[in-house]
Amino acid sequence: MIGNFDFDVIRRALPYLFLEGMRFTLTLTALAAFGGLVFGTMIALMRLSSYKWLGRIAGLYVDFIRSLPLVLVIFWFYFLVPYIGQWLTGASRPITVGAFASSLITFIAFEAAYFSEIMRAGIQSISKGQPAAASALGLTYAQSMRYVVLPQAFRNMLPVLLTQTIVLFQDTSLVYVLSITDFLGAASKVAQRDGRLVEMYLFAAVVYFVISCVASFGVRRLQARIAIVR
Amino acid sequence: MGTGTYLDLLLSGLVVTVKVSVLAWIIALVSGSVVGVLRTLPSRTASWIGFCWVEFFRNMPLLVQLFLWFFVLPELLPRSAGLWLKQLPNAPFWTAAIGVGFFMSARVAVQLQAGITSLPRGQKQASTALGLTTVQTYRYVLLPMAFRIILPPLTSEFLNTIKNSAVAITIGLVELTGEARSMQEFSFQVFEAFTAATVLYLLLNFVVVTAMRFLERYVAIPGYITGK
Repeated sequence: MIGNFDFDVIRRALPYLFLEGMRFTLTLTALAAFGGLVFGTMIALMRLSSYKWLGRIAGLYVDFIRSLPLVLVIFWFYFLVPYIGQWLTGASRPITVGAFASSLITFIAFEAAYFSEIMRAGIQSISKGQPAAASALGLTYAQSMRYVVLPQAFRNMLPVLLTQTIVLFQDTSLVYVLSITDFLGAASKVAQRDGRLVEMYLFAAVVYFVISCVASFGVRRLQARIAIVR
Repeated sequence: MGTGTYLDLLLSGLVVTVKVSVLAWIIALVSGSVVGVLRTLPSRTASWIGFCWVEFFRNMPLLVQLFLWFFVLPELLPRSAGLWLKQLPNAPFWTAAIGVGFFMSARVAVQLQAGITSLPRGQKQASTALGLTTVQTYRYVLLPMAFRIILPPLTSEFLNTIKNSAVAITIGLVELTGEARSMQEFSFQVFEAFTAATVLYLLLNFVVVTAMRFLERYVAIPGYITGK
């Protein structure tokens, strides 16, 4: 058991684990968080817009995505994205999409629903006087959002957004179901090749744990700092 | 099998999803409540234990936790116990219930802690003044209020439990998503398979949300936050 724990298998796999796996995981996390934030903000603005039907569509999308398991959404997009691509480009057959692009689209679409709820709460936390003052100053709707409301909403919600990003970082491990080489996928491949499940999975667990712990500690400090400013 | 339609398969998957989710939810509620209470106790050690529990289960992806329970734990146990664990019939089911349950227990604990600390300090002081012990204070004063306050977030945590049970597909549990996946592999009817699973998940969500609304109204205390 712990006596024949083989540290060497971890050491040998390190370059593969981090240069292949962790790079994929971190890139996917960063891009999906950015895309999710952009689209999530758009969805939040749609939900709060004065056009009722726009808000209803956005609300339906959010409720729909949020009631499905991420694993199912990953499968959905894995099979759908080639057809969406065919429809968008007008190609005669479903286009081939790489593993990275497919999972990135999945996570952006999925996270946008969650980020939109955060941004909606952020926008609603801004007092009514702010957009009223902005329009009194002659700012258009777009300007008032761009220069007055969204910067404050973003700032107020920054800790929550970052916490959601940590959740996203952990959730990216689910691309495992598509046999993609993210960090966990890389660990799992080495584990199965060398028959060293215990070492590799424990190591993966420790790495995820340390990164998430450090990140959430950072978020907590940031939260404390922001709380003083307000 | 051999007989039965794909719908039968999907429905049996739905049953597995419901079973795993309910079992996991019970585990999450029980252990999460204990940990949540620990975190609000005046004892330093107690709140430290609660803190460690929450951080441990919150900072690892659920998938990794399931792998730890499923692949790693039997190897770390003494040989005979490990063998027994590996030969357990229906191992993915129990692993999924326990893994998802403990994963969600950290969320429940955080919610309950927030619920307890949101109560006015006077409640605890009044129960001390009335001569209630700590156990009695929690049993009769703090917990009944706190659970009512956190009922709405608990609803969404239960929905999360249902959704998270789909992760168990990775340790070979054939629940709703798993059945849809195998249906798609057998029949190549991608859209039908996943649409059916999606509809079933939406229905399940709807049932849970409606039931919890009903429960919320049933336990509401008039004049208090959640009351009318």
